[in-house]
Amino acid sequence: MKYITEFRSSELGKGLIARIQQRSKKKARFMEFCGGHTVTIFRYGIRQLLPPTIEMVSGPGCPICVTANADLDKAIALSQIPGVIVTTFGDMLKVPGSRSSLEKAKAEGAEVRTVYSTMDALDTAEANPDRSVVFLGIGFETTAPIIAASILQAEERGIKNYYVLSLHKLCPPVIRALLDSGGLELQGLVCPGHVSAVIGSHPWEFIAQEYGIPCVVSGFEPLDILQCVEMLVEQVEKGDSRVEIAYKRGVRPEGNQIALELMERVFEPSPARWRGMGEIAGSGLKIKSEYRRFDAEANFDIKTAPAVEHKGCICGDILRGVKTPADCKFFGKACKPENPVGPCMVSAEGSCSAYYLYGGERGG
Amino acid sequence: MADKILLAHGSGGKLAHDLVEKSFVKVLANPLLDKMDDSAVFELSGRLAFTTDSYVVSPIFFPGGDIGKLAVCGTVNDLATSGAKPLYLSLAFIIEEGLALEDLEKIVNSVQAVCGEAGVEIVTGDTKVVTRGSADKLFINTAGVGVIPEGVNISGSNARPGDKVILSGAIGDHGIAVVSKREGLSFATKLKSDCAPLGGLVAEMLKASPDIHALRDPTRGGLATSLNELAQQSKVSIRIEEKEIPVREEVLAACEMLGFDPLYVANEGKMIAIVPPGDADKVLKAMRRNKYGKKAAIIGEVGAENPGRVTMKTVLGSSRIVDMMVGDLLPRIC
Repeated sequence: MKYITEFRSSELGKGLIARIQQRSKKKARFMEFCGGHTVTIFRYGIRQLLPPTIEMVSGPGCPICVTANADLDKAIALSQIPGVIVTTFGDMLKVPGSRSSLEKAKAEGAEVRTVYSTMDALDTAEANPDRSVVFLGIGFETTAPIIAASILQAEERGIKNYYVLSLHKLCPPVIRALLDSGGLELQGLVCPGHVSAVIGSHPWEFIAQEYGIPCVVSGFEPLDILQCVEMLVEQVEKGDSRVEIAYKRGVRPEGNQIALELMERVFEPSPARWRGMGEIAGSGLKIKSEYRRFDAEANFDIKTAPAVEHKGCICGDILRGVKTPADCKFFGKACKPENPVGPCMVSAEGSCSAYYLYGGERGG
Repeated sequence: MADKILLAHGSGGKLAHDLVEKSFVKVLANPLLDKMDDSAVFELSGRLAFTTDSYVVSPIFFPGGDIGKLAVCGTVNDLATSGAKPLYLSLAFIIEEGLALEDLEKIVNSVQAVCGEAGVEIVTGDTKVVTRGSADKLFINTAGVGVIPEGVNISGSNARPGDKVILSGAIGDHGIAVVSKREGLSFATKLKSDCAPLGGLVAEMLKASPDIHALRDPTRGGLATSLNELAQQSKVSIRIEEKEIPVREEVLAACEMLGFDPLYVANEGKMIAIVPPGDADKVLKAMRRNKYGKKAAIIGEVGAENPGRVTMKTVLGSSRIVDMMVGDLLPRIC
């Protein structure tokens, strides 16, 4: 088992597609929450292969895309404070905030460094004791545990100049908010795979039980997605609404206890701002008071002007699944990956980028 | 303390002279270089191909090669893409003060070894040393000339609808091998760069069919970017089949980890050939006989509709666009 080619098998894939086509009778609309799933769906042209009864819509599961301009502005403002080194995962660089981006700030002289792991950020702090090193904590339940681990490591190693700007977001609360906002009329949810690897499948139970929507946790290979869709179709046809795991090689119902404990030690739930959805209670993570000395928000005077949105950019509606990139007047014209207007075109996992790069409305 | 390159090594004075004589000319020896004139003088006849490229790879030593081997292969392969037989190269170093002399000598030896294999000679060169921080260890520029055989007319604008697209082997080895050794990102892999001189491969392909329409070595930007360039230059569409494209399991795994698509990962020893349909099998067989083309495969076809567009039939049978690469490859964060 090598875990990649087996999950891209042409024969198995065609078998799954045939079964879905045969079984699907009722009209059903499924949302893939996660941007990683959106990319797989487009990269393998999966929408074209599904029967007309099934409609797939993309959800808000791209951590960069959902980061509000006000929070992006904070990150940029931090980079302007003398003595600060901002460290970040690479995808953040190009994302336009209200007035600038980290990439532009960097070109103008701010010290912004791309790292591949939080431990690299920690090493940067250790190597530059006279500077303040801030890591941009952006991501879902997937990245929160490793960032928590970096804070605990900093404490253990006695590193006093390491800070985290925690912009973490939690997935279950935003899905509830989405479902409550109405207008989506989903018959199934493709639940995020990596998030579930951390939190397990139990946190999705409320969707099946309270909203009557079938839920299946999926992996990221094309066969994972097809198997997940097949399982959703099966539930729809039977009139079931349960939580199932198609991604058994990565996800256990109870999640990853070690990762969850790390998160709980360092973070506590807080309100968070989401692009297109506003503030959602309990949907973010802030650093607990006992780790306050690592909290960038508490230790720097971050000054930002009021956030402004780019007029006409509909990233917010796209993230809610109520519009598609094709509905946007900028898509493929003023807004392209090389010159993005909104974050959904920047991030490798953004819907606009997936539509643009892999076909979608360009006829692929 | 190990010998280091000093600013004086690039000054034109005694140290510089010694370095050139002992470390370069002695190793790279050939009648044209040995004359030590300011320019190499030689006669050539026929249509010539001329190209230049600069090499700034980091790290300068990577699994399967180093910056010296790369600098020769890159220029040899650029000449080969016009069907030329590569002959003479220039070699210019920009060295950061403090580079270990031993490293430089290793690189020059590697240049010589690959020149021998490629059948080319370094006939002129230059050395500059810059202060620490003004360059990163070592940059190399090479330029090269080659002669195009009679009757060969290869250009990126010659692809025609109906032509077959042949790829000489597995993609992404170079990019992943280099990235695997990059600071802050190192991971364990046995993968080696595919860095190789392809003049011999192209000569054998041309023997099988002098009517090859286009050749391109898919380096930075990978297979996807090269195919897009060809489609745009020739004003045709190109349709490839995902299941026909050779990719090593190690490359797939690394791409998953880093969030890369192998179609966009750099190669340094691969060739794309666009060939009239009647000649495709002959060329494919010739490629498979060469050690750098053993895994060659027909991966697609040229079409007339939607000029400039590259599409791919996925393993599942659906279709998608294959765009040019935008910016740098960046790892995903979730």
